Amino acid sequence: MSTTITTRGPGVRTDRRRVVRIGPVSGVVRTRQLLLPVVALVALVLVSAVSLGRGDYPIGLADVLRTLVGIGDPTQQFVVTQLRAPRIVVGVLVGLALGLSGALIQTFARNPLASPDTLGINAGASAAAVAVIVVGGGTSGAAQLLGGLGLPVAALVGGLLTALLIFGLAWRKGVDGYRLVLVGVGLSSVGFAAVDWLITRSTITDAAAATVWLTGSLNARTWDQAWPLGLVLVVLVPVALACSRQLGVLQFGEDTARALGVRVGAAQAVVVLVAVALAAVSVAAAGPIQFVALVVPQVAVRLAGGSRPPLLASALLGAVLVVGSDLLARTVLPVALPVGIVTAVVGAPYLLWLLVRGRRALS
Amino acid sequence: MTATLTKPQLDEAGAPRVRLAAEQVRLAYGENVVVDGLDLALTDGSFTAIVGPNGCGKSTLLRALGRLLRPTSGQVVLDGKPIARTSTREVAKVLGMLPQTPIAPEGLTVADLVARGRHPHQSWLRQWSRDDEDVVAEALSWTDMAEFADRPVDALSGGQRQRAWISMALAQGTDLLLLDEPTTYLDLSHQIDVLELVERLHTERGRTVAVVLHDLNLAARYARRLVAMKDGVLVASGTPAEVLTEELLAEVFDLEARVIPDPVSGTPMVVPVRRLR
Repeated sequence: MSTTITTRGPGVRTDRRRVVRIGPVSGVVRTRQLLLPVVALVALVLVSAVSLGRGDYPIGLADVLRTLVGIGDPTQQFVVTQLRAPRIVVGVLVGLALGLSGALIQTFARNPLASPDTLGINAGASAAAVAVIVVGGGTSGAAQLLGGLGLPVAALVGGLLTALLIFGLAWRKGVDGYRLVLVGVGLSSVGFAAVDWLITRSTITDAAAATVWLTGSLNARTWDQAWPLGLVLVVLVPVALACSRQLGVLQFGEDTARALGVRVGAAQAVVVLVAVALAAVSVAAAGPIQFVALVVPQVAVRLAGGSRPPLLASALLGAVLVVGSDLLARTVLPVALPVGIVTAVVGAPYLLWLLVRGRRALS
Repeated sequence: MTATLTKPQLDEAGAPRVRLAAEQVRLAYGENVVVDGLDLALTDGSFTAIVGPNGCGKSTLLRALGRLLRPTSGQVVLDGKPIARTSTREVAKVLGMLPQTPIAPEGLTVADLVARGRHPHQSWLRQWSRDDEDVVAEALSWTDMAEFADRPVDALSGGQRQRAWISMALAQGTDLLLLDEPTTYLDLSHQIDVLELVERLHTERGRTVAVVLHDLNLAARYARRLVAMKDGVLVASGTPAEVLTEELLAEVFDLEARVIPDPVSGTPMVVPVRRLR
């Protein structure tokens, strides 16, 4: 096995692009694009470890690590692995899903405003979930069962159905980014209007529960939420990463992509399905955590350089944002806020700062 | 004008082989039929310009030839095989196409743009072979774009940008190349620059080229064969001198004009007098 670093032809600068060839495998490696996921991963591990230790029952970082390898004190063991770990794991997974989903949709739509938030996928999932909380929150046993089991499933189905509607309405011999965003904005309003209507019709307890869920929260997550989400991601993340090469060509628009040998319809269908499924499962697990999918890919592309949001880095930065915001919400702030509020408060100014600082326009 | 350096492939009868042909194609966008029952054959090593008034269907025809639009009847044949039954990827190895004003994503460098031309030759594992690297470096320097390799495409001037796209098409390494109005939005000297580049692709690299052009004088000067279309019908086809006659200009463009020899190239040159009707 050998790694060769070659120079490029005359007059072509060699910095920032390194070529790696091992046997039949070859590819281009860009320093910044390789470094960013590594940095993001390190940050994610650190933030997660700190978060595992913080709370009403503080545990030192060394003890946290000890419990993770199974040699900790039994009480600490319980607190870390049963109470805090599921919350953080759900946070990590939701962040990964949202960051990746946003990067896929923005590249696909060639529009930085496109994301599961703006396209109304979150709104659709929310409307379905709130319907379950309000309608299923009754006193009858059947209604309670529906309320208990049905919330994630309802959110998933709601998100998928909304996505189907959006693409159905926006499709005109292919997808136009602007049209997609406009249709999404319209449907988003419809979805949230439905949510408001449901809440005005509900009891005060249901309304409060619905409102917390709607801001996106990692409170009281257990391994029951983490496992299904994890399994879905194990399938979807590799599919998404495998689309990367096609996405690089789809960016040129349908005609050029087809002329370069991409089966445009099939490639688009896979990208959209994966992106929507990622968004829907994340909403099902933690509620609509706004802003992560919109802001993280744009932050990632500015940090990594290049012409489109890097998929892996967007996913990891999404996880950092969600887990970090949850840590902030639980520790620094005087009142324990739902994570969705913090992601917006942290994410938005950071994007604005990057926009003001960068020469790059919002294409 | 330089002589053709590469010998075209010949068929059994000794004539240049037909590479790409439209056979009785009917092209429509929904209910709107743009081209009906058109025949056109592009032989190996030919350089054809398709001319005609706005909305005559010339770009639509080019899209069909490039497999971007499926004929509602008739067929397009590439190297003797119906193009609709050839995979997108196989087509992309033989036939390159530049749409009118292609869009490069913001921040994409020229080197990356040209590298995307290798897409049909790559796979998930084989993303950047030594071949790819050599071809891209060569395409960049052949189009004089090497010095701009690390520049974002959106920071280039219109003429340089078109060069970058042609460089990508060159890197794609296809025998056939279809260009849809490659000179749109360019000033005259850059139009000449782009067409000289296309001509070199034809003569030095042996590419079979079909190009949709608006400027008749430039079309006559650079292309070896002109095809004139009106209302979705092929009106005339032949050498520039055979096609660009005063009668044809009246018929196809509703234009009263004199046709004189171009003092530089000797090809026909159109001097408009007034619009007819």
